[in-house]
Amino acid sequence: MTSTEGQQHPLGIYFKIWILLFILSGFSYMVDYYQFEGYLRWFLIIVFMMLKAGLIVAVFMHMLWERMALVYTIIVPPLLLLVFLGIGTLEGDHTYLTRAIFFGGAE
Amino acid sequence: MTQSAQAAMAGAPLLDGTPGVIADWSSDQSAFKKTPWGKVMMWIFLLSDTFIFTCFLIAYGTVRMSTTIPWPNSSEVFALNIGGNHIPLLLIAIMTFVLITSSGTMALAVNFGYRKNRMATFWLLLVTALLGATFVGMQAFEWTKLIVDEGVRPWGNPMGAPQFGAIFFMVTGFHGTHVSIGVIFLFIMAFKVLRGKMEREEPGFMTGRKQDYGMIEIMGLYWHFVDLVWVFIFAFFYLW
Repeated sequence: MTSTEGQQHPLGIYFKIWILLFILSGFSYMVDYYQFEGYLRWFLIIVFMMLKAGLIVAVFMHMLWERMALVYTIIVPPLLLLVFLGIGTLEGDHTYLTRAIFFGGAE
Repeated sequence: MTQSAQAAMAGAPLLDGTPGVIADWSSDQSAFKKTPWGKVMMWIFLLSDTFIFTCFLIAYGTVRMSTTIPWPNSSEVFALNIGGNHIPLLLIAIMTFVLITSSGTMALAVNFGYRKNRMATFWLLLVTALLGATFVGMQAFEWTKLIVDEGVRPWGNPMGAPQFGAIFFMVTGFHGTHVSIGVIFLFIMAFKVLRGKMEREEPGFMTGRKQDYGMIEIMGLYWHFVDLVWVFIFAFFYLW
């Protein structure tokens, strides 16, 4: 192994991302504070969440500057979790339905 | 593969049994060019941790969708009364900001490490560790409030669906454990830096390998991941 290939970047970018994360967290909190409801609430929660996650991984964890081989190795497998998430949603809804029929006495 | 490489491999005798397994698995080229192996291994660990936390969150989603009893309103459960004002989710918001601040100081510590600025790296790591400890302290306060004052148990609570407690203690407990382990290692790393172990490239007490400022970046990956997980917990558990 040759000497460590350090990730060296200007300090400015860290401060910018830091401030952005603060602002986005503030927005996330505002979603609850102002009691947004329904699809608007969900949309805002997911957007702010993904933006924050993306900034942390891309800049703070230096993914932006890593080689593509490593980026794909780490980013692609979690996409499979979306399938799992879909299965969980189906299962949850199904269980709810059967419980509603059983406990609710519906035909 | 080039012809000469093929010829070289054809000439090597193949081993049997366990040495064969080890030789076969270690015979490949390095796939991650110019990336220190420690960093790659930390990423692989974080990938597996991603799967664990996602399993918890999916389990939580499934349980919450399937219950016919109303889920407790997290905005109210985690509200704080300050000076007579009822502020929803305040404690969690403060915890979020504490963790983001610690992520910022961690990123700066990594940067100053590569600049070989020993004291700046030490202080930034120490601040990161203290902010992490603050987060754990606030979580302890939150747990105490829920268990003692509000009677939340893993098998039931007075506010609604009994699954709330089980999921809450499981998910935040697992995350809090990650933060606590991170805090311990941040302290260890901070004092390694202070003693100049990285500068002198002294062998580590456990591995015996030369230490360098790349270790701070690997520590940083773990710490940012802990913050990353909190982003998802905050969104799905507290804001939903």
